[in-house]
Amino acid sequence: MSDIAVDVQDVSKRFRLHHEKYTTLKERIIHGGHVPYEDLWALQNVSFEVKEGETVGILGRNGSGKSTLLKCVCGVLQPTDGQVVVRGKLAGLLELGAGFQQELSGRDNVYLNGSMLGLSKREVDKVFDDVVAFAELEQFIDNQVKFYSSGMYVRLGFAVAVNVDPDVLVIDEVLAVGDEKFQRKCMERIKTFQAEGRTILFVSHSPDQVRSICDRAVVLADGAMVGLGPPGEAVRIFREHLLEAGDSLGEQAIEAAQAAQNEAASESAAEASGDDLNGESPSQRSARTRPIRLSQVTVEYPGSDEHPYVVSGDPLTVRIGFDASQPTDGVVFVLEIRDAPGNLLIHTDTDILEVPIDVLSGPGVCEFAFNSFPFLDGVYWVNVGVTSRLGGVMFDWGEPACRFEVMNPGRAVGVISLPIRASVRPGSNAETTPMSTASGDDGPTSDSSRSDSSTLDSSEDSLIQRAAISSSGHEGPHGLATDERKAKT
Amino acid sequence: MRPGVPTTPVGAHRAQRQPGGSGGSVPTGGPDRVKSTRVISASMTVWQRIAAIWRSRELLVYLVRTEIKVKYKNSVLGLLWSLVSPAMTLAVFFVVFQFIAKNGIPNFVIFLFSGLLLWNLFQTGVQTATGVVVNNAGIVKKVAFPREILALAAIGSASVFFFFQMIVMVIFMVVLDSPPVWNYLPLLIVALLAMLVLASALAVFLSAVNVYLRDAQHLVEVLLTALFWMCPIVYSFQLQLSAKLAHHGLSALYLMNPITPLIMTFQKVIYAKEFVRSTVTHSTSQILPAWSALTYLEADLAVLVFGAVLFVVAIKIFGRLEGNFAEEL
Repeated sequence: MSDIAVDVQDVSKRFRLHHEKYTTLKERIIHGGHVPYEDLWALQNVSFEVKEGETVGILGRNGSGKSTLLKCVCGVLQPTDGQVVVRGKLAGLLELGAGFQQELSGRDNVYLNGSMLGLSKREVDKVFDDVVAFAELEQFIDNQVKFYSSGMYVRLGFAVAVNVDPDVLVIDEVLAVGDEKFQRKCMERIKTFQAEGRTILFVSHSPDQVRSICDRAVVLADGAMVGLGPPGEAVRIFREHLLEAGDSLGEQAIEAAQAAQNEAASESAAEASGDDLNGESPSQRSARTRPIRLSQVTVEYPGSDEHPYVVSGDPLTVRIGFDASQPTDGVVFVLEIRDAPGNLLIHTDTDILEVPIDVLSGPGVCEFAFNSFPFLDGVYWVNVGVTSRLGGVMFDWGEPACRFEVMNPGRAVGVISLPIRASVRPGSNAETTPMSTASGDDGPTSDSSRSDSSTLDSSEDSLIQRAAISSSGHEGPHGLATDERKAKT
Repeated sequence: MRPGVPTTPVGAHRAQRQPGGSGGSVPTGGPDRVKSTRVISASMTVWQRIAAIWRSRELLVYLVRTEIKVKYKNSVLGLLWSLVSPAMTLAVFFVVFQFIAKNGIPNFVIFLFSGLLLWNLFQTGVQTATGVVVNNAGIVKKVAFPREILALAAIGSASVFFFFQMIVMVIFMVVLDSPPVWNYLPLLIVALLAMLVLASALAVFLSAVNVYLRDAQHLVEVLLTALFWMCPIVYSFQLQLSAKLAHHGLSALYLMNPITPLIMTFQKVIYAKEFVRSTVTHSTSQILPAWSALTYLEADLAVLVFGAVLFVVAIKIFGRLEGNFAEEL
């Protein structure tokens, strides 16, 4: 019992949504004291424990109750039911920045914030220089915070929170602001905290961040806890719920899409939607109203019949089967490749690759082809998705859609193999400076190496040579739809 | 505090804190630290709340200091204003009542100010406190602390100004050679304490109500003005009112105003004279009631007890309303 730092016990939080806010006496009297409202349960019976020294992430879509939960943990909001027990000193950064008094200088705000977190003036004195140095605000610390930029604001807030020696640190998406350098600094500090055995509660929109720093994660959907487990598992559940949200949003998208079609097209699409749906759908969870579903995802490479692995450096093609049960426009296919620990290696989509996709209907195949797959030994996971270009509706997502192994025939060690050449020349001084010799002789090499590195940077440019969409069958509706669109324009 | 945190630039001390970097130092977040347990729930008793306020008393002091600082920010004289401003007011009143609108009461300014200063404490404190939670929405929505502190800080800073004004008045008393009743002096402390408790109770209550009903701010302003004239501050209860009130049988009602006995205590102790000879008509009149020290003490203690009960009730109400502050602001 004693090693539990944060104990969330059956917490529920109800918000009263007043359709109109009557905050003046006159309005209240006019409405007879009855203010129409609607109850919204932002949190419902959420219970979990965070052990001392643990880092727990909270995942959830916008409006799923993440911030409300954190506010309850911090004590800014009181839960309607249930309670939160916090052991030790808690410092938190809710949303953007800590609570600062606009009129006061940064210096005074550090003291104010410190004393609100329960520090005496002398204790704040001790850490004051650390705070200022961490926030990099030496020049501005005596300016009023109302003149601070939002980045400075957050930096100071974070600096206070991490320097007041908290037992529990609560961070709400604050790492989204601040430049890259500061974000890195924050992450470093978070890792230090982890090593020191402090407890961290961490809200992030980025599953990758949760995956990389959290021990466990809680998934919230519409105020209810729908998942609690290791980050990988939690991220999967999170994606699943994103998909469901995509479904409900998808219905609107379908209506919009249908409005753009003529009736004949949608009729034949309805006919088409009857057959050929029983492919190996990576997610058959809710196939009700999804206009596009993914079917089989395969990886192809030279020698796929002979050996079950890709040879590093060989071409690789990811083939994604899909089925559009209704004619759908503005479709984007997404490809992600991750290594075994879950690090994202490549994320691209047909939009980034600028592959024009017409209105899709019926089954088809999307191919992402690498000229050469440069990664060395290991197991790689492929995630694929299909989303809409506008509105970010996710029609279907497969994680993991499939996996493949890479065998490295060469002697190179590491993660990635890039075309590379080395040359050594014995020291010759005199007329030719080493610099000019090198550039003169290795001209082509350095050129090619530069192009290789750019390949790495923007893999979609040349590593992936093409992403091709081919829609088989049902030329009729497809053609019709295009004709119709042409006629409209 | 965490041991071994030097006040060096970030890079340096981060290196020191790295695990293993400083020779396997014990993680400071470890179980050997004494940790307080905090329970966040909707049900907190009044006593728990008052205990929480007591624990945050350092914050209270800091907030009072902050408020005073903000008030005189960007002004040249700064804190000196809190002395200059009442001094000027006193001087103006002195000139008015001594030379222009003579009412015959010797050293009328002292009589006026002895009540007025106490009233100012009450009025400024309650008025500021009413808006204080709304005005500090940025903090209330982000940081957890006993929010009653904000209202109490308003009373706190009003009392600081009260003391500055008292200093000015003491100077005037010396200059005008108007000594107080020395052996009644402890009564001042009782009356002041009663006033602070009473004002705090109202402050806590109104600051919470104002979050839900922003009218409170304006309503309070009007009601305070009315209350001001219901207290014998610019007029003498004994001289101008008591006979008339007694005639209608309203004396008890008038004296039920909890602020009246406090004001009259101040007037008795500071102005001292029960009977005065008019400087205009040279007739003698009674300006203060002939109450004994015990009567004053009893009246003040009654107000103190009343204020304390009110304070507990106010904390209770505040606790119920506080739950939704962050969403209402």
